[in-house]
Amino acid sequence: MDALVGERGIVYDARGLVEPDETLANVSEVDGDRAVFDAKDLSTRKINLELRHLVYERGITDVTIKNPGAKHSIGVGILQRCKITFEGSLGYYACGLIDGPEIHITGRVGWAACENMMSGVVVIDGNAGSLTGAAIRGGDLVVKGRAGARSGIDQKGGLILTVGSVGSNTGFMMQRGRQIICGDAGPGLGDSMYDGIIYVGGKVKGLGIDCVPGEWTDADSEYIERKFRIYGLGTPPSFDKFVCGKKLYNYDNLEPSERKLVL
Amino acid sequence: MTRMLQSMKHRGPDSTGYALYGPAGTGVLVRYKLADSNSPRDFDYLDRLSRHQAEVQSRMQSLGAKVLSSHAETEYAYRVTLEYTGDLKKLVDYVEDVPEAEVLSIGHSLEIVKDLGDAEQVAEQYELKSFEGTHAIGHVRMATESDVDISGAHPYWAYPFSDVAVVHNGQLTNYFYWRRRLERSGHRFQSECDSEIIAVYLAERMAEGLTLEDSMRQSLEELDGVFTYMCVTADALGVCKDEMAAKPLVLYEGEDMVAMASEEMAIRAIIDHEIDTYDPYESEVLVWTR
Repeated sequence: MDALVGERGIVYDARGLVEPDETLANVSEVDGDRAVFDAKDLSTRKINLELRHLVYERGITDVTIKNPGAKHSIGVGILQRCKITFEGSLGYYACGLIDGPEIHITGRVGWAACENMMSGVVVIDGNAGSLTGAAIRGGDLVVKGRAGARSGIDQKGGLILTVGSVGSNTGFMMQRGRQIICGDAGPGLGDSMYDGIIYVGGKVKGLGIDCVPGEWTDADSEYIERKFRIYGLGTPPSFDKFVCGKKLYNYDNLEPSERKLVL
Repeated sequence: MTRMLQSMKHRGPDSTGYALYGPAGTGVLVRYKLADSNSPRDFDYLDRLSRHQAEVQSRMQSLGAKVLSSHAETEYAYRVTLEYTGDLKKLVDYVEDVPEAEVLSIGHSLEIVKDLGDAEQVAEQYELKSFEGTHAIGHVRMATESDVDISGAHPYWAYPFSDVAVVHNGQLTNYFYWRRRLERSGHRFQSECDSEIIAVYLAERMAEGLTLEDSMRQSLEELDGVFTYMCVTADALGVCKDEMAAKPLVLYEGEDMVAMASEEMAIRAIIDHEIDTYDPYESEVLVWTR
């Protein structure tokens, strides 16, 4: 069977798999350590190839990508410090598995943005879909709009700051890190969380299992004020704090090696 | 709509379907098929189609329907316009008693077009470029729990109610409960697909007097599982998300257009500039009327 060519120029083989075309689009305008390219007519693979070529092989530290067109899986796996600006919206799995970059998205993002982010900063000017910051381990993820359901599911570190509201089961099975939610939170907030802190400025529709109100400290105020200052968000509203009640799972203070000895 | 569906071909290359709403006329629009594009072409195939087509039209006329127009869209799919004021259920049941006949839609403005292949193939096959209407829903399908055929393709018409269609992303976990209950109420199903339940369920609620919005809100209590579905009538378009918001939906509300899809790239296929979109939350029911 002949290869099929999709609408965006992606070539599929007879089994429907994308042809491993690694030809570089080479469409960037480079000026010193800065580069700009238009992604409108590029496939996901071509966009990521171009971006990686600029960052890893040409040493560009400031890349602007125009017209990303809400395509999926853009900007994933960037593992070094650099500045990336997406002028527009991204689709699913945007900027996942990153470690270090400073990313600004002027539009919105689809599901599972910044999944497994290790470090760096991502600022999204618009809304975010469900599963935003799933399993994030470090860095700051700032959503200036609202975020969908299960934001920060399995969060293991870092910060997810949502200026708007969040959907149901936000912070589900959260293990570490913090979430600052300036708007309302849907039902099941912090359900089955192991640890971590969730601050909510608006109304909470319902707490999940083992998510309980926490005691406010000066460190909480200092942390929130600092993050608001860094991201230019003005004066923070008052927040309620929620933590793990530690009733659902059995906890102790032993290190794994100590536990082996005890058991 | 074709551009939107084609942009999401990666979600399902097996079949593509449209529920299109044109200007309401006085006649009853019926779309039906007598075979599939992948039906075996045995030596009697074309003669059998011809016999069955004659039998369908004869049965329509025997129930008092006057055939105003009849057009073979493909060698196995037909579009007819009837002057008919009788019982739609009786008409459909009688037509579908002809071997291999299946009514895909009935309505004064609804026309369901679905077939195997991607959106561009189906649109070309059924000459949809020239269709003009007010609203539409569509679906690309990757078959999971039922066959790759036209019966298993979305959208679903809500037999035997006119002008109601549904597309659905998700799984109903109380499918058999509702199927048995609706069958006991006299409804029949064209497929084994759980999405068809939603169409008939909603149409039955509306026939009992509920609005589309109230019917959809009731479905949140009575349909179990994970789902985002859209339901369309002649003058309304509604969307409903389950209490977990487990299935995606991206919504754009402009001044002169409402567009939504599982992925934003489908909306961007018809709007080439940056737009403000959002994902509705859990248990949300949204309805727009003309």
